[in-house]
Amino acid sequence: MEILRNLPLFPESASTFARDVDALYFFGLFIAAFFSLLIAVLVVVFAVKFKRRSENDYGIPEKTSLPLEITWSVIPLIIVLGLFFWGVKVFVILYRPPADAVEYFAVGKQWMWKFQHPEGNREINDLHVPVGVPIKLTMTSEDVIHSFFVPAFRVKADVLPARYTTVWFEATKPGKYHLFCAEFCGAEHSRMGGSVYVMEPHDYEAWLAGEEPGKSLLASGEELFTDLACHTCHTGDTGGRGPLLTNLTGSEALLADGRTQERDDLYLRESILDPAAKIVAGYQPLMPSFQGQINEEQLLALIRYVKQLNQTAPGEGVQTAAQSSAAAADEG
Amino acid sequence: MSNAKSKERPEGYPDRHYLNAAHGLKSWFLTTDHKRIGLLYLLAITLFFFLGGAFAVLIRLELATPGGDLVQPETYNRLFTMHGIVMIFFFLIPSIPAVLGNFLLPLMIGAKDVAFPRLNLASWYVYMAGGIFTLWALFEGGLNTGWTFYTPLSTVYSNTAVTTAGIGIFITGFSSILTGMNFIVTIHRMRAPGLTWFRLPLFVWSQYATSLIQILGTPVLAITVLLLALERTLKLGIFDPALGGDPVLFQHLFWFYSHPAVYIMILPAMGVISELIATFSRKRVFGYRFVAFASVAIAILGFLVWGHHLFVSGQSVYAGAVFSVLSMLVAIPSAVKVFNWTATLYKGAVSWETPMLYALGFIGLFTIGGLTGVMLATMGIDIHVHDTYFIVAHFHYIMVGGAIMGYLGGLHYWWPKIAGRLYPVFLSKFAAIIIFVGFNLTFFPQFILGYLGMPRRYHSYPDEFQVLNVMSSAGATILGIGYLIPMLYFAWSMFYGKRCTQNPWGAKGLEWETASPPPTLNFDEIPTVTEEPYDYTPKEVQHAG
Ligand code: HEC
Ligand SMILES: [Cu+2]
Ligand SMILES: [Cu+2]
Repeated sequence: MEILRNLPLFPESASTFARDVDALYFFGLFIAAFFSLLIAVLVVVFAVKFKRRSENDYGIPEKTSLPLEITWSVIPLIIVLGLFFWGVKVFVILYRPPADAVEYFAVGKQWMWKFQHPEGNREINDLHVPVGVPIKLTMTSEDVIHSFFVPAFRVKADVLPARYTTVWFEATKPGKYHLFCAEFCGAEHSRMGGSVYVMEPHDYEAWLAGEEPGKSLLASGEELFTDLACHTCHTGDTGGRGPLLTNLTGSEALLADGRTQERDDLYLRESILDPAAKIVAGYQPLMPSFQGQINEEQLLALIRYVKQLNQTAPGEGVQTAAQSSAAAADEG
Repeated sequence: MSNAKSKERPEGYPDRHYLNAAHGLKSWFLTTDHKRIGLLYLLAITLFFFLGGAFAVLIRLELATPGGDLVQPETYNRLFTMHGIVMIFFFLIPSIPAVLGNFLLPLMIGAKDVAFPRLNLASWYVYMAGGIFTLWALFEGGLNTGWTFYTPLSTVYSNTAVTTAGIGIFITGFSSILTGMNFIVTIHRMRAPGLTWFRLPLFVWSQYATSLIQILGTPVLAITVLLLALERTLKLGIFDPALGGDPVLFQHLFWFYSHPAVYIMILPAMGVISELIATFSRKRVFGYRFVAFASVAIAILGFLVWGHHLFVSGQSVYAGAVFSVLSMLVAIPSAVKVFNWTATLYKGAVSWETPMLYALGFIGLFTIGGLTGVMLATMGIDIHVHDTYFIVAHFHYIMVGGAIMGYLGGLHYWWPKIAGRLYPVFLSKFAAIIIFVGFNLTFFPQFILGYLGMPRRYHSYPDEFQVLNVMSSAGATILGIGYLIPMLYFAWSMFYGKRCTQNPWGAKGLEWETASPPPTLNFDEIPTVTEEPYDYTPKEVQHAG
């Protein structure tokens, strides 16, 4: 029975989401198996029972039966609609991370994964996470399209250049699980992966402490903000050359051409790499492009830093960015 | 088999027919006879089939062990890319339409040829021109983008023969468009007197639906490939985000053609199966009109489902849901066909000739392929199995278990018509069974591998997947042998097979009302149709039953 031990039939389930996907999968499998067997049995039985016995044997034609045609259209229709609704329900779970999910970051590049923990720890190809904590990964790619795939968690999401995609999971079982790249990405595609280590919280703490901590994302964001001289235009005492970067999260920018634009990660990314693409109303296109000066990880750090500025920055009488563009709109 | 036997002529065997009407290479390469053009295609696609098959052999050899030990990763990537391109664009898409469709369509509707015979010949040359570019790409070292050409990998990061292969696909597309157009006009304009739409064989209906897809979908592929080439050569920013393009746009454009392309492959096979089931059950196809309209429904719905390839590509959940439900709907006409075929067997007079073995095999394999397709259209399942071996297994059940089974079944059924000769009965049944067994052994384990999480296009893989992969490779060996056998006996039969009578199966249909092999102009006298299709049962038997 050596061979059976080497013949896995079903993957390990190690996340809350895995249970949802498996239940749905078993339902789908049941439907597929049921109808495949039904058809196979009917075909074999008819082929044997009605086997031609002599050269003068003919089939006995039947009139098309409308009720029959309707029955075997409607029954499959009901079943597939059931699968459809259930499928969307499961998909939406993955699409909407819980509000209290802890944000980690991933950058894919030919052919490695770079991860960053909220505490600042960095890893390549391996990812350590605590069990029982919902974790949301914000991901982007430095080159081609990759796909983050952990079979034991049943989660997968493409990782695109110049875009941010997310995926979330809550691990339920400590252990070591495969991490794959699922989207073909070039020569070493099949080696672009490693392991996800799920640990008990105290083990995780110990692991974090034992590692080179590195700077937290916000700290490196703040440092970049100064190093790249963003503050020379974007703080209150510079005569308003650039808008104040406060209260950005969840707000909308009014653009010079009259459109409004939600300040999501992608917009902030564009504002830094290609500022001329969308000019905030009331300002001159003064901001230099930082394309080529910072990599994807630094960009993520900057974006996370400016996004939380509302919690720390606004002092007495300082206009927030949102207010300043609203004021500019009134003037214009 | 002795030479004397192969020279024996059954009564009524024609002295002059399309095969011996003219001699010499010129008479073949400049022919406008749809039957000879069909044979030109047969030769060409068979070569491509064995080329694509050779790539598959190397792929399965590499995957017999977890390590990447046979070829370099880069070589492996080129192998599966070329396997996909050759098999899809140069074998599967032209297979049934260009070979069997070309040969049979005019015969089935009682016409002397297709509507535009010279255009028909031109289509073959266009196809060959595309094929030559693709072979040239191979000599340039092949390409490593996957047959899906996803950007920006294909436009920015690959320095292989992408443009050459793209040109090949672009050109071949026009052959497909021209053939589709030719068939549509032929079916509209050239039916024999009395042959109304609902007296058409179901094969003609499915060819009609297929031709619609070919002319509506293929131009989009051509444009997509063109944009790809422009971005590669002129650095136009269409798909590359660094130039302001959108890589996901490419996926939309690509699948807008490539999903319907699946129906270009499977619909004609369904048409073949309808013919086989009727002939070998000696019975009218149950629910004829439903089966006919199901083909058209599949062709139309097929254009509305491409987004099911993008559930995890960053597409919004709303778009995903719409594509999911539309994909589900395709299951209905497909199910209608399967149920009606099965019902046709009921109270039929079923004979187990070789073509029928393929037809029965098709029903089972297509059902599995279709139902796993429904599972994949279920968004919650697709998250996990997308881009794994589950997908690979699913589409091989449709394309190999479905389309190739249909093609081989059709070839065995119409072979006496094409060659005027028979092939060895026992050997052909043996090969059909070998193919069925080999196929399932190759691809069934891949469903399991996929749910376990083995991603597709992997050159090396974790050890625990090995046993299933070895099973798959073993199955592929059996399957490969299974495909070689028919090729050998068909080649033999063409020259040495026993000559057959005009209608060896006792089949209905205008194609059997002329000599086998037919004369160059098909019918000495254009037939007039007075019967319903598949009118097998003599009136007295009908009343008795
Ligand atoms: C030379 C002055 C200057 C510098 C340096 C500068 N910016 Fe700006 N920035 C501007 C101006 C002016 C605008 C408004 C016009 C526009 O939208 O381009 C702006 C707009 C922005 C916006 C959009 C704000 C909104 O209200 O939507 C963001 C985000 C931003 N900058 C981030 C940065 C970051 C991060 C840096 C440092 C890497 C930086 N800027 C450096 C001048 C500057
Ligand atoms: Cu990859
Ligand atoms: Cu599709």
